[in-house]
Amino acid sequence: MPEADSISIAILGSGGAGALTAGNFLLEAACAAGWHGLLTRTVGPQIRGGEAAALVRLASSPVECLSEHFDLLIGIDWLNAHRFGAEIEAAPHSLVISDPRGGDLPPVVGRSGARVVEVPIKEMAKAIPGGRPNMIALGIAAGLLGLAEDILTPVIEKRLAGKGAATVEASRAGLKAGMTAVADLDLDLGRRLAPAEPVGSAKRWLVSGNETTGLGAIRGGIRFAAAYPITPASEILEWLAPNLPKVGGVLLQAEDELAAINMIIGASYGGTPALTATSGPGLSLMMEALGLATASEIPIVVIDVMRAGPSTGIPTKSEQADLNIAVYGFHGDAPHLVLAPQSIGDCLFTTQWGVHLAETLQVPAIVLSDQFTGQAVAAIDRPADIAFVGQRTTAVDFSGTYKRYAATAGGVSPMAIPGMRGGQYTADGLTHNEHGNPTSSESDHRAQLDKRLAKLEQFAYGDHWATIEGDGELAVIAWGSLTGAAREAIQRVCRSGLDIRLLAPRLLLPVQPERFAGALAGVKRLLVVEQSHGAQFHRYLRAHYDLPEDVRVLNRPGPLPIKPSEIEQAIMRWSS
Amino acid sequence: MSAIELRPTCKPADYKSEVHPIWCPGCGDYHVLMAFTRAFAQLGLAPENTVVVSGIGCSSRVPAYTTCYGFHGVHGRSLALATGLKVARPDLTVIVASGDGDGYSIGGNHFLHACRRNVDMTYVVMDNRVYGMTKGQPSPTTEPDFDTALSPGGTGLSPFHPLVIALASGANFVARAFSGSPNETASILVEAIRHPGFSFVEILSPCVTFRPDEREWKSLVHSAPVGVTHDPAKAARRIMTDDGFNIGILYSGDRRPYQPRMEGQNVDLADLEKDFEL
Repeated sequence: MPEADSISIAILGSGGAGALTAGNFLLEAACAAGWHGLLTRTVGPQIRGGEAAALVRLASSPVECLSEHFDLLIGIDWLNAHRFGAEIEAAPHSLVISDPRGGDLPPVVGRSGARVVEVPIKEMAKAIPGGRPNMIALGIAAGLLGLAEDILTPVIEKRLAGKGAATVEASRAGLKAGMTAVADLDLDLGRRLAPAEPVGSAKRWLVSGNETTGLGAIRGGIRFAAAYPITPASEILEWLAPNLPKVGGVLLQAEDELAAINMIIGASYGGTPALTATSGPGLSLMMEALGLATASEIPIVVIDVMRAGPSTGIPTKSEQADLNIAVYGFHGDAPHLVLAPQSIGDCLFTTQWGVHLAETLQVPAIVLSDQFTGQAVAAIDRPADIAFVGQRTTAVDFSGTYKRYAATAGGVSPMAIPGMRGGQYTADGLTHNEHGNPTSSESDHRAQLDKRLAKLEQFAYGDHWATIEGDGELAVIAWGSLTGAAREAIQRVCRSGLDIRLLAPRLLLPVQPERFAGALAGVKRLLVVEQSHGAQFHRYLRAHYDLPEDVRVLNRPGPLPIKPSEIEQAIMRWSS
Repeated sequence: MSAIELRPTCKPADYKSEVHPIWCPGCGDYHVLMAFTRAFAQLGLAPENTVVVSGIGCSSRVPAYTTCYGFHGVHGRSLALATGLKVARPDLTVIVASGDGDGYSIGGNHFLHACRRNVDMTYVVMDNRVYGMTKGQPSPTTEPDFDTALSPGGTGLSPFHPLVIALASGANFVARAFSGSPNETASILVEAIRHPGFSFVEILSPCVTFRPDEREWKSLVHSAPVGVTHDPAKAARRIMTDDGFNIGILYSGDRRPYQPRMEGQNVDLADLEKDFEL
C-alpha cells in the first residue's frame, strides 16, 4: 500500500452526536503513537442539533493547516452537512463511510467521485448497551488507519474516566465494533500514513491556541484578567479562570466588554499586568477605552480571537478581517501595538512577548489570533522558554516634582503606582501636560503625541518582528494562521527546485519599514495571501511598505481556509 | 476602606490639589469637593493609598482636585475601572466620583453590576438632574417636563430612581446627601468609606447654570426622620415614598464584599503546563 505524508479525516454528525469527541480521541491516540496531527472543528452556532465536524489531519511531520481534501469522511449522519459542504471536500480516491439511515450525502461529496461504503453506524451502536455512534466512527477510523486498539483504549479510559466505568466499557465496545467492521468489510484507504519523523525525548503538548495563549499571558506576567464570554475566545478565559489564582491572580467575568477593558485598565493602573480576551464584536466595544489606555499610558493586552464578521458574522468560524480595526480603529492619533501569532505554539510566544512589550512601553497591545489557531488542537513540541516578562519602568525618585508623563529620551516615563508616596497623579484621557494635568494647549498636545509615538518607534523589537524563511525572487507574504499554509506550499514548491521566500510579520504595528525592506531585498514578485474579502492585509502593506512592482493577491473571506495547494498553484502559475 | 497607613494628622487642605477647578461659580460640586477633603481628613487617609476614580462630566473633574491618586477615564465606565483596581489592589481605598448622566445613563449597566458585585468601594454620584458639561440636556433624573433644546417641551419620561435601583441590585450602603451641607455630607462619606462592600452616596448638587431652580434645594432638604435600617425592603419603601430630599444614611447592610484572594498558591509556573502534555 502506498505511503502518504498526511491523511485527512472528517468525522461528521449533528451537534451533540459526539463527532468532535471522536476526532479528539483519534488525534490524541495517533499523536501518542508518535504521529503528528492537527484537529480543527467546524460547527454551527447551535449547541445541540446543529452541524458539527471534526477535521483531523494526521501526518508524518508537523502540520499547521488542513489539507486540500479529506481522504476519509465518516458521516454518523449528514443531516446538516450541506451547510459546510465546501469545507469537507472529497477527492476521487477518498473513502466515504455513510450510515444508510443518516440522510443524503451532501452533493459536494456525491459529485467528488469518492467511493461510498454504507455502514450502519447507528444500528451498530444500538446493539451495544450504552453504545454511542461516535465511538463506532472512531473504531472505523482507527481500523482504516491501522491504529491498534491498545493505542485507543488508554485515551478512552483517560478522557471518559469521569463518566463512569459503564461509559468507558460501552465506548471500548463501540471502538471494537467499528474496527471489526473495517476488517469484516475488508475496507482499506488505499494508502497508509508514512512512519512518523522521530520526536524529541521531551513530552509533546496536545493543545489549542487558546490554551497556549493563556499560558503565554501568565508567563508574561499577567495576573489580572477581566472578560465577557464570546465565541471563539472563551477557552482562553476558561483556561485562565482556574489557573490565574494558582499564581496569585484572578479572572473577573465582567458585565460586558466595556467593563472588561476598563477593569483591566484599572488593575494595570494599580500595578498589576492585565489582559482581556474577546472577538470582533467585543473589540469594537473596547475601542474607546483602548484610546484611553494609549493616552493615559496604561499597559494592557487585548487578545482578539478573530471570527468572520462584520457584526455577529459567523461566530464559530475563522477570518482575518479584524486587521483594519486593530490597526486603524482608534480615534485620534493613537500609536499602539498589534501582534499576530502564527501557530498554536506561537500563540504562547506572541502573547508573552505582547505582555512584555505592552508593559515595557506602557501602551495597549492587541494580539490578533483567530478561530482557526485558537480552537485548533495539535501535537506540538514544547515551545522553548523565553525570557520575556513584563518589565514596567516604575518611578523611584519623588524628591522633586514628579512628572508622570515626563518627556524622556526614549519616550517611556517612569510610572508611579498607587501606594508610592509622592507619586500621586491623575491618569487622564484628556490631553495633559507632563504632570498629567489637563490642558488644551497646542504645544502640550503635540509634545505628548510626539512622546507616545517616539517610545514605540525607538524601541528595538529585534528579529521577532517577523518570520523570514528561504530565498528567491518570489516571496509569499502571509500573516497569522495562514503562515503555516504558506510555509507548506513553499516547501512543496521547493521540492521542484524553485526558491521561494516566506515573510510573515508577527509585529503588525508599529510598522518596521527598514526591516521589511531588508526582508524583501532582491524580491521581484510578491504573493500576498490572506483570509479577508477586502484584502485588508494587502492594503495595509500598500499603505506602509514599499512593495515590488509585481504583486498578486490570493485573498478570500472566511470561513473556508486557504489551503497549501491553492498557494502552491498560485506560485506555480506565476513561476511558469 | 483599607488604607495601609492612616495619617491622623492630615487636614482637609492637605487633600486639596493646586489644580484650579473649572466649575461654574456657585456650582454645588465645590462643596462636594470640600466634603471629600473633610471626610478624608477625618478618616486620616494616606493620599498615596487612596484613589479617586471618575468618568466624564462636571462631577468627574474631582480626582485632579485632590492630592490622592486619581483616574479620569472615559464616560460612564468609572465603576468598571475602579472594580479592576480594587480587586487587584485590595489594600487601596477606592472612591468613585460620578454624575447623573455619567453614572445613570451611559454607565447604567455598570451601576447595577457594581451594586451586585459588592466590591469594597464608595460610589458618589453628584446628581444635578442635568448634563452640565454639554450644556443643559436632560439626564435620567431630569423631570419629564424640563424644557431643553434637545427635548423641546420636556422628555415626557419619568425620572430614574437610583437609590431603589441600588437597593434592588445589592448595594451594601445607601445614603443621600446635599452638597450645601458639606459637614453633614462629610460625615456620611466617612461612614460610606468605612462601611465594607459597595457604598452608594447620592449627593444632590445643584447646577446653578442650567438648573437655577435647584438653588431652592437648600430649603427643601431635611434630615431623614427615622434612623438607618438594615432591612432593604423597608429602606426601599421609605425611599420610594419620600419626597426625594430626605438626607442621611438610608440603608446599611452586611453582605460580604467580593474580594478574591490575590495571593499565590506557590504553584510553579512550570506546573501550569502539565495538563498540556500528551
